[in-house]
Amino acid sequence: MRNIVILLGVLVIGAVGFLFYQDKSEIPVAEKETSVTKVGFVYLTTPGDHGWTYAHELGKQMVEKRFGKDVKVSVVENVPEGPDATRVIRELAKGGNEIIFTTSFGYMDPTLKVAKEFPDVKFEHITGYKRSKNVATGNIRFYEGRYIQGVVAGLMTKTNKIGYIGAYPIAEVIMGINAFAQGLRSVNQDATISVIWANTWYDPVKEADSAKVHIAEGADILAQHTDSPAMLQIAEKEGALGFGQSTDMSAFAPKAQLFASINNWGPYYIKKIEELRNGKWNTGDGPDHWAGNVWGGLKSDMLIISKFQNMPDEVAQKAQEALDGIKTGKINIFAGPLIDNTGKEIIPAGKALDDGALWGMNYYLQGVDGKVPG
Amino acid sequence: MITFIPRDKVSKNWIIIAPILSIFFTIFFGLLIFTFLGYNPLETLYQIFVSPFSRIDRISDILVKACPLIIIGTGLMLCFKSNVWNIGAEGQFIMGALLAGFIALSFPNIETKFFLLITIFAGFVGGALWAFIPAILKTKLNVNEILVSLMLVYVAMLFIDFIVRGPLRDPMSFGFPLSKPYPEGALINKIPFPGIGFLGQLHYGILLVVLLIPVSWIFVNKTLGGFKINVLGSAPQAAKFAGFKQHSITITVLLLSGGLAGVAGVIEVSANIGQLQPEVSFGYGFTAIIVAFLGRLSPIGILFAGIIIATVKLGADNAQMTMGIPKVVTGLFEGILLFFLLTGETLQKYKIKWSEGKK
Repeated sequence: MRNIVILLGVLVIGAVGFLFYQDKSEIPVAEKETSVTKVGFVYLTTPGDHGWTYAHELGKQMVEKRFGKDVKVSVVENVPEGPDATRVIRELAKGGNEIIFTTSFGYMDPTLKVAKEFPDVKFEHITGYKRSKNVATGNIRFYEGRYIQGVVAGLMTKTNKIGYIGAYPIAEVIMGINAFAQGLRSVNQDATISVIWANTWYDPVKEADSAKVHIAEGADILAQHTDSPAMLQIAEKEGALGFGQSTDMSAFAPKAQLFASINNWGPYYIKKIEELRNGKWNTGDGPDHWAGNVWGGLKSDMLIISKFQNMPDEVAQKAQEALDGIKTGKINIFAGPLIDNTGKEIIPAGKALDDGALWGMNYYLQGVDGKVPG
Repeated sequence: MITFIPRDKVSKNWIIIAPILSIFFTIFFGLLIFTFLGYNPLETLYQIFVSPFSRIDRISDILVKACPLIIIGTGLMLCFKSNVWNIGAEGQFIMGALLAGFIALSFPNIETKFFLLITIFAGFVGGALWAFIPAILKTKLNVNEILVSLMLVYVAMLFIDFIVRGPLRDPMSFGFPLSKPYPEGALINKIPFPGIGFLGQLHYGILLVVLLIPVSWIFVNKTLGGFKINVLGSAPQAAKFAGFKQHSITITVLLLSGGLAGVAGVIEVSANIGQLQPEVSFGYGFTAIIVAFLGRLSPIGILFAGIIIATVKLGADNAQMTMGIPKVVTGLFEGILLFFLLTGETLQKYKIKWSEGKK
C-alpha cells in the first residue's frame, strides 16, 4: 500500500508539472515574423517511397529546399477524405498557415468548407473541379505521358496485347487509356488494350492479381493507373515489361520498367508560394471548367519522363520524338479524326478535342477492348 | 502456460489504481519512445493529451469525433454484455447511412428539419436489417455471428461503393463517385452559440449522445430487459432456468446495436459530409469495439472511453502538425495506451498463474 501511495504522489506531481507546461507551439502565431510564410500540406497516406503521396512529398521537399528558412512547412499525413479532413484543414488554417495544399480529390468539399471560414488563407486543391475566391485547383496532364507509353508499347509488344490496370472508370483514367491507345495506334495498328478495373487507387494485392491475369491472357506489356509498384514487380518476375506510375519505380523492377511518368509538383508549389509572398496569388486565368486553374504537363515540367530503359535505341528514339512532339505542340494527342471503339466518329479530321471534352470522356477510342463500365 | 484465474473479489482500491497505473506506464513508455526518436517528449505528450483541450473549438472537435464512437459503442455494449459478438458495426453504420441517404436523396426539395426524424429512423432500420442477418443465422442455424457480421462489413462497403458509382451518382460529378448533396431537410446543422458563432463542427447530433447515455443506463440497470441481458451474459445457465428466451434476446441486442450503428452513420453523413461517397465510415465501427470494452461495457464508461480515443486521435494530428511526428509513431503510442488500459482492466479481475505446461 505504501508503495502505491508513493507512486500516486509521483504521478500527481508529474501531472501538476505537466499542466503548467506551456504549449510553445502556439506562441509563434502571435509573434510571427512577416518574412516567414507558413505552408500546410494534407496527405492522403504516409508518403512511403513510391506513388502518389510520395510525389507530393518530393514536391514539398523542393519547396523547403527552394525557400529554406523563409518557409515553414507543416504536413499532416494519413488524413481520410471526410470529416477528419475538414478538421485537419481547419487546424492548419487556424495554426497560421497562409497557403494550404490539399493533395487528394476527396478533400474537395472539406477544402471549400474551410476556405469559406478563412477568407484570408489561400487553398490549393489538387485534382478537384470546384473552386472559389480563395480556392484554386491544380492538376497534371497525366495523359501526355500515357501517349508516349502507348508509342513504346506498340513498338515493344510481340503478342500485340497490352494489359492496362485502371483504378476507377472516371474521366481522368479514361482519358489516360485513350491517350495510350492514340500513342499505340500511331505506331502499331494491330495491338489492342484490354483494361482491368482494380476499383482502388492503391492495393498491391489486387494490382498484382490484375497483372497476373493480364499476363496469363497473353499481354506482354503492362500499364497502370494505380499507385503501387506491384504490377511492375509481377512483370519483372514473369518477364513482361511495363511503366512506372507517379514516381520512378525502376528500383522495384530494374528489368521490367520501360520508363515512368513522374508527377512533379514542386514547380507548381513553388510558383504558387512565390505568388503568395509577392502578394500576387490568384486563382489563375485557367479555363472555367474543371481542368484546373493550373493544368500542366510535359511542357511545364509538371510531368517528367524518367530514363528510357530496357528498350532498343530505335524505340527510345521514337519515344523521345513523341516526347518532343508533345512538348513543342507538334503532336496533338486528341486531334481528329477520332473514332471510338464502336466505330462512332467522335470528332472529324481537322478538329481536336478541347480540355473540357477530355473531362467528359466516357467512351474508349479505337484500340481499346470492351466498354466503359457504368 | 499462463492461466487467468478470476479473483474472488475485485479490490475497490484497484478499481481506481489500475487505470492510473496504466496511464503511468503508458506515459513512461511514451516518454521513452519519443525521447529515443528525438522528439521533445513532454511537448509530444502535451500535444497528444492536452492540446486537444486547449481551445474550446478543439474540445468541440473531440465531441464530434467521439459522437459516432459513443453511439455505436453503446449499442455494442448490449451485445457484448449478453455474449453476442457483433463485430460488424462498421457495416451496419454504412447500411444505415445508405438507407437514410437513399430516402434523403428521394426528396430533393425538402426543407423542414422534421424530415431528419424520418432519415434517422431509416438509418436505424438500415443498420438493424443488416444486423438481422447474423441474428437470424445465429438463432436459426447456429452460425457464428462473429464471422457473419464481420464479413457483411465488406459486403456493405462494396455495396455503397456500387451505389454511389451507379444508381445514386450525381450526373454533375464528372464521373466521380459522389451522390448529389442532401436536401436542406436532411442535413444536421452546426450549433450556433450566441456571441461566439460556431464551434468547429459541433452539430446537433451530439444531443443524441446526451440523450442516449442516461436512457441506456436506465435500460441496463433498471429494467427487466437490461437485467435479462446481464444475466444471459454472466450466467447463461441461470438465464435458461429463469426461462429467458435466449434467442429473442440475441436478436434484440443485435437489432438494437445494428440500429444504433446505423443512426451513428446517418448523423455522421448528415452533419459532416452532406452527401454519400464511397467511404462514409473511417473505421468507427471497429474503433467502437475498443470504446465499448475500454468503457467496461457501461454507458458512462463508454462516454469517457469515446472521449479518450477521440482525444488521442486528435492529439496525434496536432502532434503531426506542430512537431512533424509521423502518424506511425503516434499510432504506436495509441497502441501502448490501449494495451496498458486493457491489461490493467484484466489484471483487476483475474490473477495470473504460471504453471508447467501440461498436455
